[in-house]
Amino acid sequence: MDSVLEVNGTTMDFGGLRALHAVDLQVRQGEIVALIGPNGAGKTTFFNCVTGIYDPTEGDIFISPPGGKRRRINGIKINRAAELGMARTFQNVRLFPNMTVLENVMIGRHCRAKAGVLGAIFRGWDTRREEQEIVDHSYEILVKIGLADQVDELAKNLPYGAQRRLEIARAMATEPFLLLLDEPAAGMNPRETEALEELIVQIRDEEKISILMIEHDMKIVMSISDRIFVLDYGEKIAEGTPAEIRENPVVIKAYLGEDVNA
Amino acid sequence: MKALSEFKKALIISLWFMLLTFPIMVIRVNTIEKVVEWRWRNMAFIGIGSFLLSFVWRYLLGRKEKGRKLAEAGSVEARPFSRRLLDEPRIYRPALAAVTLFAVAFPFLFSSYQTNIMTTALMYVMLGLGLNIVVGLAGLLDLGYVAFYAVGAYSYALLNHHFGLGFWAILPVGALLGVLFGILLGFPVLRLRGDYLAIVTLGFGEIIRLILENWNEFSFGPSGIANIPRPGLFGIQMSLNEATIYLYFLMIALCLFTIFVVNRLQDSRIGRAWIALREDEVACQAMGIDKTKTKLTAFALGATWAGMVGVIFAAKTTFINPASFTFLESAMILSIVVLGGMGSIIGVILGAFILILTPEYLRAFSNYRMLLFGTTMVLMMVFRPQGIVTNVRRIYKFRARGRDGEPSQA
Ligand SMILES: Nc1ncnc2c1ncn2[C@@H]1O[C@H](COP(=O)(O)OP(=O)(O)O)[C@@H](O)[C@H]1O
Ligand SMILES: [Mg+2]
Repeated sequence: MDSVLEVNGTTMDFGGLRALHAVDLQVRQGEIVALIGPNGAGKTTFFNCVTGIYDPTEGDIFISPPGGKRRRINGIKINRAAELGMARTFQNVRLFPNMTVLENVMIGRHCRAKAGVLGAIFRGWDTRREEQEIVDHSYEILVKIGLADQVDELAKNLPYGAQRRLEIARAMATEPFLLLLDEPAAGMNPRETEALEELIVQIRDEEKISILMIEHDMKIVMSISDRIFVLDYGEKIAEGTPAEIRENPVVIKAYLGEDVNA
Repeated sequence: MKALSEFKKALIISLWFMLLTFPIMVIRVNTIEKVVEWRWRNMAFIGIGSFLLSFVWRYLLGRKEKGRKLAEAGSVEARPFSRRLLDEPRIYRPALAAVTLFAVAFPFLFSSYQTNIMTTALMYVMLGLGLNIVVGLAGLLDLGYVAFYAVGAYSYALLNHHFGLGFWAILPVGALLGVLFGILLGFPVLRLRGDYLAIVTLGFGEIIRLILENWNEFSFGPSGIANIPRPGLFGIQMSLNEATIYLYFLMIALCLFTIFVVNRLQDSRIGRAWIALREDEVACQAMGIDKTKTKLTAFALGATWAGMVGVIFAAKTTFINPASFTFLESAMILSIVVLGGMGSIIGVILGAFILILTPEYLRAFSNYRMLLFGTTMVLMMVFRPQGIVTNVRRIYKFRARGRDGEPSQA
């Protein structure tokens, strides 16, 4: 199978603390993969290793963008990871609070545009066209995400659920092949969660973006994931389809408990 | 109940102040008659004064808090008053016309002394707008901005002294040297954030000044460089008065140029990246923005203006020495940006005029200048930290505007 993301034996140490221990994980083109595990299991750390925020102590991370060639990305710069097509959201929403909703998404277009200082000052024909492309494209994404009637609102004034959606919109503006969502449903009410579920599936189906998500909401995880990886104390304790994970005694013991059948 | 607790707090504050100021305000040793005078009356003044002031202070704080809550509830018009004023064509068009007329007529209506002051204010407008790129937009607290100003001034003075190059030849050179030094000084310090960056830039500013002060062979040391020629105009001989007027109009033109460029920069791909970097560095990088490159651009472009104004400064005063480039100068320019409103062009212009012109026209209070300055800044930080003019984000036009909820035809 063609994996877009392939993580082999990745270990991450913080001083004496081993946050990840020899973790393997693959995301195939067009999959929705969930990464679950109790708090402090190392899920966010895993995202940080993949997106260049941390350089893993050991192991290899490979990406193979569709139509691109396979390459090792250990310890690349954060912005380079985005350029290569990996976009993420953050567990504690990290928007640009004093910029408008539209501008937040426009920032996501930054790495797909070129205008430099001279372009900005002289504002020639191609700069203007590029600016308009950024604005139009950003707006289209906001329409898809369902924030089209709040484009001029400051990001900090949005309700929490909308802020989480805006983060997804901003990530999509970078034209990723892989979208990494860190607890996208956290703090959402059941109605918002349902809409989010639809949105994630829609992003996969229509935009052909593969998705790796960390999520605690078992309903959403079980209903939309193609495969699930379970982390506990930095180690991968299980992987498989939702049905397999639900039956897996190790997982039930470590983490899921009665949650599964609830 | 609430009033009582307010009363109690004010009482405690006034007692505290009475105690604090007791040694300097009450006791006086009369060295001639060798007796100690007890000035109890002063203590009463301090007590009553601080009691009343603390009431006013707490009242204003309470009002501010209420205003914020209202704004959060969305019941207050989101756009600030100043902005509504600026957006109304019936108001800003005549205002703009009046300002233009006044600016053009100014040197002919007032003495060359006044024109000189105005030219200085315009120089600070340019400096403020330059530093605004670094501090206001990119959020990098630079306390050594004056270093680039010094680089510009000395580049004109020295290149003129050694090679006889004229003002117009050096103006772009000053700008380029500003860029160069911006990159040179920027590169090592841009890993640092916030306070650390502020301290290191402060150090760099002082280093440049100390070099100029001590490297006699290069910069002529503390005695400075004199006889720097004023800007020329096709070799026409000008009287001192004419030269002042010429420089004034030159400054007006350069200010307009600065406003034009800074406005375009802040409303561009680069400008947005600066603001995003200020708002959240990690998120900004995760969206594919190169942190180092973006910060360096801001640093270098900010320094460009300081370099240019430095050249003008040397040409205006015809004499420079390191004493003109102390930390106080950096602090002044920073105050202009903070007072006016970070990231707002109009705000910075207002800030420059207020901070440069007020002391000139309030000579009577010159003894209390720094005291008033400090008080104003503290009050601003407490009651209006966003500055006089708040920066409002731009509304963009796009194809689908109006047809909401419907994707536009690509
Ligand atoms: N930068 C860091 N420095 C030290 N320890 C860290 C750092 N980041 C995460 N950790 C530790 O790594 C462990 C895993 O954290 P995290 O990945 O945030 O867990 P999760 O996202 O699964 O809840 C925790 O024990 C956390 O304290
Ligand atoms: Mg986490």
